[in-house]
Amino acid sequence: MESRELAIKFGAPAAFTVGLFVVWEAVCRLFEVPLTILPAPSDVFAALWQYRAPIVDNSFVTLWTTLAGFLIATVFGLVLGIAVGWHRALYAGIYPVLVGFNSIPKVAVVPVLILWFGFGEIPAILTAFLISFFPIVVNVATGLATTEPELEDVLRALGASKLDIMRKVGIPRSFPYFFGSLKVAITLAFVGAVVSETVGSNKGIGKLMLDAQASFQVPIVFAGLIVLAVLGILLYAITAAVEKRFTGWAFRGQAAH
Amino acid sequence: MNELIRLDRVSMAYGRAEQAVKAIEEVSISVAAGEFFAVVGPSGCGKSSLMRLISGLHPPLGGTLTVEGRPVTGPLKKVGMAFQNANLLPWRTAAQNVLLPLEIVQPHRSRLRTERAAYLDRARRLLESVGLAGFTEKFPWQLSGGMQQRTSICRALIHEPEILMLDEPFGALDAFTREELWCTLRDVQARQKVTVMLVTHDLREAVFLADTVYVMSSRPGRIVKRCEVSLPRPRDLDVTYTQPFQDIVHELRSLIGRH
Repeated sequence: MESRELAIKFGAPAAFTVGLFVVWEAVCRLFEVPLTILPAPSDVFAALWQYRAPIVDNSFVTLWTTLAGFLIATVFGLVLGIAVGWHRALYAGIYPVLVGFNSIPKVAVVPVLILWFGFGEIPAILTAFLISFFPIVVNVATGLATTEPELEDVLRALGASKLDIMRKVGIPRSFPYFFGSLKVAITLAFVGAVVSETVGSNKGIGKLMLDAQASFQVPIVFAGLIVLAVLGILLYAITAAVEKRFTGWAFRGQAAH
Repeated sequence: MNELIRLDRVSMAYGRAEQAVKAIEEVSISVAAGEFFAVVGPSGCGKSSLMRLISGLHPPLGGTLTVEGRPVTGPLKKVGMAFQNANLLPWRTAAQNVLLPLEIVQPHRSRLRTERAAYLDRARRLLESVGLAGFTEKFPWQLSGGMQQRTSICRALIHEPEILMLDEPFGALDAFTREELWCTLRDVQARQKVTVMLVTHDLREAVFLADTVYVMSSRPGRIVKRCEVSLPRPRDLDVTYTQPFQDIVHELRSLIGRH
């Protein structure tokens, strides 16, 4: 890559982020905003450093509940997506139920999960799973449904079974959709885990922020927000890299046109 | 000549019972092994339906349809198909795309794992024979429309089918590329002696390539004319500018309804 391109790719976002913090800091100092309303970045980073041990500790809890929920959602979403894309009757039967379920705000489900599984990590994992599987199902099913009928004819005329067509054409074809949906799903899983932690839990970044808020330690609340943002970016970047690695052909195809 | 395909007053419809839409009515044709026949007609006349019918993808409503003397009850397996869109798999190279049918059809299917290199070689040779030497390892998006269509035809031929079915295969190409591919197809057919069914709405294409041209009426499709093209083979592109050629095209054109 050219150095100019590099500068734009990495320099621009870095400069923008730093600028944002500088403005934030300036506003807080200029208007003498109280610490309990909006702490300046310097206060936030100080809190981040001072409480690094509990923050790291709780981050790991949030991270692993997110990933566990995401993993379940991936497997479940893939299987259900293939099933729904396979058969029209399954599609007709399951799809409305899925849409209905997806429109329930997941915050409303967390109390039920806590009732069933108690405080702890399981409700967080399940919330992460429940909130993130839907886009995977829809995308995999869409990928399968967009198989060209002519290509299906070519293979069926040779005596190919439905399974053959799925394996050779349908499933590879739905890969870009699948990996694209993972980027959405990982962010949603993260939201789900944190929501569950703030509603009722004994660990995690969400819980940490809730406790800090209760004792008016606002810099810690903001430190939590920053940690969440950084983790979110990291998870997204990893999934995007995986996507690029596995479905390079889809990107190359676009680049040519 | 051996008779390969025979349709005796065959009808075909889409949909069920009362709401069924008749696509083909009382079609009777007889095709010899190694014959190149073309089906022309106005759009929506059931040309493509006839192809689905003969390949066994869609059952007839009435009449008898036999291939090699046996009634057709399901997918034939000895046909190769290509369509207007090349429909290549974008994650495979040209050679890997050509290999696809062998991953379905026996006995290649079970041999493929152990003899993959030999099969890939065969796919490459086939691609080279249609002028794609040097492009066998390219991905579809690196190929021009004409090259993609050549690849698609190779894919239809790799398992050495008895019937090659082409549904407006050159419809999306520019005029020069189209004529180039006519010659490719002409040579392939002369070399492999495969029976070819060409569905097209390009009358010049039909007359240039085929031994027999069937004209279909608009829906429900009936055969209104069977026309033998007696122009000597091998035919050169120049033949398309001669009077006998023009006469046949003109006659066919007059049989297809005007609007």
